[in-house]
Amino acid sequence: MRAIRSIAVLLGLSLLISCSGGADRAAENTLHRGLQVGPETLDPHRSRSTEAGEILRDLGEGLVGYSPAAELVPAAAERWDVSEDGLIWTFHLRDGLRWSNGDALPAGHFVAGMRRLVDPATAAFYADKLIDVENAAAIVAGELSPEELGVEAPDDRTLVVRLERPIPYLLKLLTHASTFPVHPPSLAEHGDSFARPGRFVSNGAYRLVDWVPAALISLERNEYYWDNDTTAIDAVNYHVLVMSNAELSRYRAGDLHITASVPPDAFQMVREEYGDQLHVAPRLGVYFYGFNLARPPFADSLALREALSMAVDREQLVASVTGRGEQPAWSWVPPGVDNYTPPRLGFAALSKDERERLARLRYKEAGYGPDKPLQIELRYNTGDQHKKIAVAVQSMWRDVLGVEATLVNEEFGVLLSNIRAAEITQVFRSGWTGDYNDAHTFLDVMMGGNASNLTGYASEEYDQLMRRAAAQVDPDRRRLYMEEAERVMLSDHPLIPLYVYVNKHLIRPEVVGWEDNVLDYHYSRHLSLE
Amino acid sequence: MLRYTLFRILGAIPTLLLVIALAFMMVRAAPGGPFDAEYIPSTEVEKNLRDAYGLDDPLPQQFLTYLSGLLRGDLGPSIRQTGYSVAELIGEALPYSFLLGATAMLLALLLGVGAGTVAALRQGSLLDRTITGLSLTGISIPVFVVAPVLVLLFAVKLQWLPAGWGSARGAATWVLPVVTLALPQLAYVARLMRASMIDVLSSDFVRTARAQGLGTATIVRVHALKPAMLPVISYLGPAVAGILTGSVVVEEVFGIPGLGEMFVRAALNRDYTLVLGVVVFYASLIVALNLVVDILYGVIDPRVRYR
Repeated sequence: MRAIRSIAVLLGLSLLISCSGGADRAAENTLHRGLQVGPETLDPHRSRSTEAGEILRDLGEGLVGYSPAAELVPAAAERWDVSEDGLIWTFHLRDGLRWSNGDALPAGHFVAGMRRLVDPATAAFYADKLIDVENAAAIVAGELSPEELGVEAPDDRTLVVRLERPIPYLLKLLTHASTFPVHPPSLAEHGDSFARPGRFVSNGAYRLVDWVPAALISLERNEYYWDNDTTAIDAVNYHVLVMSNAELSRYRAGDLHITASVPPDAFQMVREEYGDQLHVAPRLGVYFYGFNLARPPFADSLALREALSMAVDREQLVASVTGRGEQPAWSWVPPGVDNYTPPRLGFAALSKDERERLARLRYKEAGYGPDKPLQIELRYNTGDQHKKIAVAVQSMWRDVLGVEATLVNEEFGVLLSNIRAAEITQVFRSGWTGDYNDAHTFLDVMMGGNASNLTGYASEEYDQLMRRAAAQVDPDRRRLYMEEAERVMLSDHPLIPLYVYVNKHLIRPEVVGWEDNVLDYHYSRHLSLE
Repeated sequence: MLRYTLFRILGAIPTLLLVIALAFMMVRAAPGGPFDAEYIPSTEVEKNLRDAYGLDDPLPQQFLTYLSGLLRGDLGPSIRQTGYSVAELIGEALPYSFLLGATAMLLALLLGVGAGTVAALRQGSLLDRTITGLSLTGISIPVFVVAPVLVLLFAVKLQWLPAGWGSARGAATWVLPVVTLALPQLAYVARLMRASMIDVLSSDFVRTARAQGLGTATIVRVHALKPAMLPVISYLGPAVAGILTGSVVVEEVFGIPGLGEMFVRAALNRDYTLVLGVVVFYASLIVALNLVVDILYGVIDPRVRYR
């Protein structure tokens, strides 16, 4: 019976929509944004996808936020102080902060939110975000109760965060959705299913109005938001469009202001057709091939790893294979990270011919040659782009060194579990995107024992430099240690950085206030429609 | 009849149990897990995540927990779509799939029966051969080939119809998915109907009707259609199964947020509970529909009596 009713409603709706094509455009102050994947949840503490993060930046707010150019700016906190040793941070909240239902938002709600994040019962994917806050590690491990977290609210407008070691990027972590507060009464009433239309009380510039899974998320202005007066756009619709070709047709039809991506095959056509509406900008992300360092032939052969890295012509790769404005990657940390100059791979400055000559030399040194070619498997997760890149690298290795590489494509989960088992993988495809604009988000991954360290790289020297960097309060000294650490890691060649990712969006001319940035964060409240 | 129905329902329980057990084992045998991403949380966090869904308990225990939940009508929470239960997610996606499947089924039946009847009446003619040829093509080409070809033709080249759910609104969105899904069933129904109609038309009671001076139209409508439909009715069960499996592909290709699309996404995300939930739902549906078909058969054919 319910199904029949739903179908009747659906039929009615589709009729209504088909008859009123102009209705959407009549609501002139609504921003329509494309989204590649529907969010898995809008619970800030349990969400994990980039897409959920994007919507949550509109719905919620942390202590700190980002400007349109992705510079740190005060958000719920209007200012903050830090103790000399960098361990105690005091945040001063804005006066009169409110939730979208009008309830007051005291500092205690931030405390409750952070406790919920590290509480094992929440099973938060990003519980590690606050792992350097006092007692957080022990709470996550179930040894202490969440109330022991080093975060407290002496009064309604003050929040004190105590750290176990200085973390200079703390402010950047506090922009992440996992550190947002959640409305305690809603949580108490609805439990884990509070983040739904009709229930979700939020503290950002917008509130949740509707959510059709796998199709549409609608937001409306939150009248109680502290900066509501400067928020220009009244409503935001996120359209889930898994196929980027479908997204492009919606953009063509005038139904979208901003696309989440541009289909690879249509890229040149789009560039010619739309000119300035196409925005391509570097992102904090690296596409790379990793070596399995636990097994031969790569475990003990630095020369071999270096030879394979040198033999890849990155310029040609970005020019003729990826071809969407990507930059060749010569380092692990991509360019554009705050207060950091990535060191480059030793052979980056050489010409292509010199590189190839040196690569052959190193290959021979490793004990391989025309009569004993290296035979390896290159694994990548199934996908057109990944395949094209793998084919290109395979032929570069063959032409320069005579390597016989076999391409193996696997579904993402299969590939990942193979990489983690480190039994059968040799060379594998992966990528890493920074969660915040600090070199630490990249360098930390390469520390021995880090769960995301897929190559299994472990260098005492590297770890020590990273630990030294972590102990620095002075940003410049910290930077020097980190740069040195990356130099050490790059010369060990645990992986082959191939190219730096780019953000690709189509943006209608009537959208004002958009600024390309490396994080690809674009709050709807910073935009307006002409 | 009542006893028969009851007996059949009881008989379906072992089938369902077997399906659930197999699905449970298969989804767990797949490498990877629901928390896979390039960012891998620390071991403690991963343990908390696994604990929250009891994924570290021994598998037989997990299976029993799942079954006992099922007995209470609880399909469990989705592992990926946190905060939503599997039942809620199925409820959200079902209307789309139902609309798609039911329309396709209706289309297949109406056109299939019509085409089959026409072909039978004009046996050996050009029209008959065209219908037979086309239906053979329809059966032979799988849905995942038909879908992109239709999109290429009608959406990209001719631009008459939208390419998928995302690219436009309204009833037009449904045309290509419904047609794609209906085609193989339509073709099969047409062939069945043609063969069966030819058979019925040469039987004694039709000859008697002819002798009484009735026209072809009346004979078909009043006397021949019902008995000729019997093979089609018994094909309804397999047809529904075909529509369901076909909808997985069709929804994926056209981006319709229905059960099939959800099932594929759940499998890729290793959302164990959601995958199992959809399997349980599909299996129960097929079992139930087969039962309905068998009962319908008895209603239409007076020679069949259930004890």
